[in-house]
Amino acid sequence: MRDVLDEALAGVAARPTRLILTTLGTVLGVAALVGTVGLGQTAAGQISQKFDLAQATRVVVEPEENNGQEGEAATELPWDAPDRLGRLNGVDAVGTVSALDVGDDLVSNVAGLNGGEGKALTVMSGSAGLFDAIRAVLKTGRFFDAGHDQRGDKVVVLGKHAAERLGINRVDSAPAIFIGDEAYTVIGILDSVAGRAELNDSVIMPNGTAKAAYDLKSPDAIEIRTAVGAAQLIAGQAPKAIQPNDPSKLKVDAPPKQGAVRKGVESDLNALFLLLGAVALLVGGLGIANVTLLSVLERIGEIGLRRALGAARRHIAAQFLVESVIVGLLGGLLGTAVGVLLTVGVSFAKDWTPILDNKLAFGSPLLGAVIGLIAGTYPAWKASAIQPITALRGA
Amino acid sequence: MTAVAVALPAPVVEMIGVRRVFPGPPEVEAIRDVDLTIRQGEYLSIVGPSGSGKSTLLHLLGLLDNPSGGVYRLDGVDTMSLRERRRAVLRGERIGFVFQSFHLLAHRTVLENVALSMVYVGVPRRERMARARVALERVGLSHRMDFGPTTLSGGERQRVAIARALVAEPSLLLADEPTGNLDSVNAEAILELFDELHRGGMTLAVITHDDHVSERAQRRVRIVDGTLQW
Ligand SMILES: Nc1ncnc2c1ncn2[C@@H]1O[C@H](COP(=O)(O)OP(=O)(O)O)[C@@H](O)[C@H]1O
Ligand SMILES: [Mg+2]
Repeated sequence: MRDVLDEALAGVAARPTRLILTTLGTVLGVAALVGTVGLGQTAAGQISQKFDLAQATRVVVEPEENNGQEGEAATELPWDAPDRLGRLNGVDAVGTVSALDVGDDLVSNVAGLNGGEGKALTVMSGSAGLFDAIRAVLKTGRFFDAGHDQRGDKVVVLGKHAAERLGINRVDSAPAIFIGDEAYTVIGILDSVAGRAELNDSVIMPNGTAKAAYDLKSPDAIEIRTAVGAAQLIAGQAPKAIQPNDPSKLKVDAPPKQGAVRKGVESDLNALFLLLGAVALLVGGLGIANVTLLSVLERIGEIGLRRALGAARRHIAAQFLVESVIVGLLGGLLGTAVGVLLTVGVSFAKDWTPILDNKLAFGSPLLGAVIGLIAGTYPAWKASAIQPITALRGA
Repeated sequence: MTAVAVALPAPVVEMIGVRRVFPGPPEVEAIRDVDLTIRQGEYLSIVGPSGSGKSTLLHLLGLLDNPSGGVYRLDGVDTMSLRERRRAVLRGERIGFVFQSFHLLAHRTVLENVALSMVYVGVPRRERMARARVALERVGLSHRMDFGPTTLSGGERQRVAIARALVAEPSLLLADEPTGNLDSVNAEAILELFDELHRGGMTLAVITHDDHVSERAQRRVRIVDGTLQW
């Protein structure tokens, strides 16, 4: 087996120029396939990166920015908006979020530091459903619930960075913080949030508490987490559900339609390139078959000699078959390299992260080898069928 | 009687009534009714004009071709009943060929060309190079081992071919017009090499149309129109 490989390698290496010309078709074909599939995967990867689940299911409703001008009464989001939206099919979670105007109040972990060493952290409020709506994950403790909200309990949940800045990392001892002179009990610390990154730097209290302490009039925004694929639908229905009389005064933020973006990248060009790749592979295979057949005729003396040295028919067949597999494999390797470079190059130009499937990268050279195998079968059989005396007389 | 039989070396080649007909058209009976025995250590030449069937006989002797009829035993093995695979093994192990046109692989070194004749007969890889070196020393080409055959003179090329034929330690060395492509000086060197091999106990059959070449052999057989004449 080693011997067959050695002899075949030597046979291939003996004619380097021809080798390059022979592999050309396979190189082009495999490069076209790898490039097309690679770019397709890369583009699809960009789509799913931009459209990760959190973003694809997030809908935000806010009042129109310029409302309340020109003497009109400002549109305010109603407090019962979460209840109304929660009834819609396709809404998985919903909550309100508001930034509180705390005046000069600073946040601190020690009483009586107002205006002293307190920290200028953002103070926000939300409904109990907010955490679920923005896919908040707790580091420790718990979220506040509807009960805290209704009673106006003086409890807060800290954003990750806010907790760090306040030097609080556990809640089992019910630590207190102070906003201005008021004490609040920390019941939970967030680890991450999918939307509303500003919550990481915030102290979050229930709406009921905020209404009492800071006279909060209405929610700033409503965060909705929809079922997968329902974002568009909910975005369309939300304004009417919240404000049946004047839905146009609400601004809805929803992810763009996924299909539209995907279509822009995966154009019909792909099919064309794949077809071209397949044609190039076919031509490449025929090229290998042709050149191998030619080399059988050219090396008829060598065939005769090998037979005289004890080679059986199968040795001769194996040699030419392995030679053409090597040529195919080489073409596949080169083609894969070119295809990968192409993918990386285009990705670089478009500022994408190149994504290549392992199966593609390792499978494509094998595709070349398989083409070599198929292309080499007939010439190999031909070579093995040549009678030794014919072969020796010929050369 | 027994004493005489024991004294004779064992036959390497035994041909009885061997024929080779090339089916036409036109049908050619290249070898007719050949009886030939070559014993161990013999140096035989088969001489005849062009077209007399010399090469055909050599191919039959070397198991490269099948007789149309008759009996051929090589080293006592009846080759007529053998399948092609067995014949290939027997050919690789028992026969060393030297051709008029050398048949060296142009893209391989001299050493590799010689080692090639051990590839198909199952000599372990590690042994091959060492044995090829010894064979090349024997034909006086130690200094050319890493050269390509194209850089060698005709005489040197034929000596490489002889080294290749010897290295697998065959029972029979078959040479077809070994000096046909060489000038007289180089031809003489090859013939001296054959003499030396003969003295070393090698069994040789040299086929030629050249009387000067055939004269060097211990025994001469003439071939005319496919028939041996003694
Ligand atoms: N493969 C073949 N097919 C048909 N005729 C052949 C073949 N090989 C040899 N011959 C014929 O057999 C005869 C002997 O040829 P060959 O053995 O080559 O002669 P030599 O080697 O003595 O010159 C010639 O007439 C030749 O034409
Ligand atoms: Mg001849």
